[in-house]
Amino acid sequence: MSDREKFVQKRLRRRKMAEIRFRIYGITALLLAGGFLVFFFGDMIIKGHSAFKQAYVKCDVYYNKDSAKITGYRKAVDKEYQKVVSRAILRLIPKEIRNNPELLGPDGEGTTEKKWLVAGYEFDQYLKGKFNKLTDSDKELADKLAADGVLKMRFNWGFFFNGHSNFPEIAGIGAATVGTIYVLFITMLCAVPIGVATAVYLEEFAPDNKLTRAIEVNINNLAAVPSILFGLLGLAIVINFFGVPRSSAMAGGITLGLMMLPVIIIATRTALRAVPDSIREGAYGVGASPWQVVQHHVLPLAAPGVLTGSIISVARAMGETAPLLVVGLMALIQEPPASALDGTTVLPAQILIWNNEAIRAYQERTAAGILVLLAVLLLLNGFAIWLRNRTERRW
Amino acid sequence: MTTKTEFGIFFLGLIALGALSYFLGRGKANSVAAGARLRARPSQYGAYVAVWFAGPFVGLGAICGITNLFLSASEVKGIPSEVILALCFILGLAGASFGFLRIRPELRARNQVERVIHWALIATSMVSIFITFGIVASILFQSIDFFVGDPENERAPVSPWDFLTGKEWAPENAFLAGAGREDENFAKPKFGAAPLFAGTFMITGIAMFVAVPIGLFAAIYMAEYMPKKLRKWVKPILEILAGIPTVVYGFFAVVTIAPMIVEWSDWMATSVLPPGTWLASIFEAATHENALTCGVVMGIMVIPLVSSLSDDVINAVPNALREGSLALGTTQSETIRRVILPAALPGISSAVLLAISRALGETMIVYMAAGLRPNLSMNPLEGMTTVTVRMVSAFTGDKDFQSAETLSAFALGMVLFIVTLVLNVGATMVVRRFRQRYEL
Repeated sequence: MSDREKFVQKRLRRRKMAEIRFRIYGITALLLAGGFLVFFFGDMIIKGHSAFKQAYVKCDVYYNKDSAKITGYRKAVDKEYQKVVSRAILRLIPKEIRNNPELLGPDGEGTTEKKWLVAGYEFDQYLKGKFNKLTDSDKELADKLAADGVLKMRFNWGFFFNGHSNFPEIAGIGAATVGTIYVLFITMLCAVPIGVATAVYLEEFAPDNKLTRAIEVNINNLAAVPSILFGLLGLAIVINFFGVPRSSAMAGGITLGLMMLPVIIIATRTALRAVPDSIREGAYGVGASPWQVVQHHVLPLAAPGVLTGSIISVARAMGETAPLLVVGLMALIQEPPASALDGTTVLPAQILIWNNEAIRAYQERTAAGILVLLAVLLLLNGFAIWLRNRTERRW
Repeated sequence: MTTKTEFGIFFLGLIALGALSYFLGRGKANSVAAGARLRARPSQYGAYVAVWFAGPFVGLGAICGITNLFLSASEVKGIPSEVILALCFILGLAGASFGFLRIRPELRARNQVERVIHWALIATSMVSIFITFGIVASILFQSIDFFVGDPENERAPVSPWDFLTGKEWAPENAFLAGAGREDENFAKPKFGAAPLFAGTFMITGIAMFVAVPIGLFAAIYMAEYMPKKLRKWVKPILEILAGIPTVVYGFFAVVTIAPMIVEWSDWMATSVLPPGTWLASIFEAATHENALTCGVVMGIMVIPLVSSLSDDVINAVPNALREGSLALGTTQSETIRRVILPAALPGISSAVLLAISRALGETMIVYMAAGLRPNLSMNPLEGMTTVTVRMVSAFTGDKDFQSAETLSAFALGMVLFIVTLVLNVGATMVVRRFRQRYEL
């Protein structure tokens, strides 16, 4: 082999090594991103799954004159259980008796009922093997009750139906879920009609002039404005100028609706553009007016695309937090709001509230709330993708 | 009557009477049609009457409502809402009967209704412009208010220069001056936003340090090496990262990443580096709330922003360039580095600009994981605060809306708005130039 050939061989080897290295960088980048995703979901599941179970204790509940007193509610259960049963549950017993006087029995002597009651969070955390502040004697008590089968883990329905509480054992995402539904409903009520109308105008009617171009540039810029600035808009215009009550689903919904407007406009325009011109020309050919073309032909054909875009923007609005904090939706809400003008909280805000709590038992609930939120988001996005694949048409 | 029931009556009346006039108009058109040929479909005559009802009804309602809104700010008492409702109904019904009476076979209802629709569409497309004006106005007026000050409530003016360059941000005592306690001995409020800007840029910088290499290499691999079928699956999975709510990232940063980073820097300071040195002291300063955590998590969040957009532009590079280069005997990676990346560079840089703008405006991660302490430091392991954190904390506190701290948040918002606007406009301009050059 000549020197020249050797040189070429050597350089070729080096170049091939560089090629391999380059590919490895690419794979590493993808693996890093994918690995992070796995790590993230795994971490959330590990941290949050335990909150779907909750320690319950089975004991006699005495409905009598003593436990009907606001000061004596502890007497509703035997002394041994007073520590174990959640105080949040015991506290409500006098109210329960007031609402249902028949609980006191026909002669007012009182009745006894064997019931599964929510256990206090320290016991709950102890049974789950997490950080707790139980004393040794309490731990013995818990072990004994657990061995007797009267203290055990059951599925935590309360988590899905209760609102915020200062007692972690009965805190749940129910009120926040209702609030989220209210807010998203108003968001879509604001964003979809205006967004679709704007897209129809820009795509089907607008002449190519300065005004149209200004609107287009403006929409693209709005889509990239930081979300917290929409919160300022909501605060200054929706709340201070239009007088919508602070912390209400109305204020949050309108704010998010304005924010989602560009998303819906852009999605609708893409869907409208996918409708071929032959459809429009055919309709014009049989004498349809411009609006009839849009109403009878273009919009129905673009409807699946509009729907997909709307679902994706619902998913985005659902996870949005910053603008809602500014308009005051981070409130400690225990009951689901009765109307769109009452104080409301949403799921992400509830997550933030629990994250700020000092008691550690809230942590698993925060993670569980996140799991619920992520599950809904994945479902929504998956549904949108499925819908798009199903309805996609090539002309 | 509460506002709620008034709105209820208004909208119910609008829907019910609108539908009624539609059906009446259509009915009359149908009966007229028996004698002569109609110029439009009967339903268009119905729509014609409905428009004659809804136009005056909504128009008057809107005018009165807005007048009342402006009057409510002044001393004058607004028009009572019962009167407004009654007037709306009277005018709407009058309009409807006028429209109803005008129905004749010769009436070109279609053209007239479509003209109304056209103007309605123009009006709705103005909403997005109004939103922009609304954002600018709401930020601008309050910021001017902040800089000018309010001598009546003893709120001192703040010079914009001091605001942008001042090194100390301590608005906490601003409300005491307003309470007439400024003779007492407390620290004067200070509005020097430099530490906030420094924190924001530090965290954004770290985020880009994470996101740009990973996102770019992922995009190159997806676009150039990966089989099309696999790519169809990998891209949406990667985009999940951008769909995770930021509050979730914040929680993840606080409970998982931050402890890891603190532990790691403890280990570095005690076991790896010689104690007492300058480098070890950097790691010793690590706190639970630190900029590195936020930066890393935020970087992960914007990976798909970089990768998806870059993937698109790399795909848009014409195949002729690729094939020409490969035909000369280059390896694939050489083609990518020497030919494709330079061609795609404008698109990639616009993706990075957009990612920067996104990271600058990101709120929840930093609010939860970066802390509230303004800190002008170069050490990413220390806690620092950002523009957006200070905005949120000003609005979620119990401060009065006119207090200097709340108004300062609007001034911060203005800076954020201008910076992100410049970045976004820059990104679109870069892309536009790219398009002109490579449409083969």
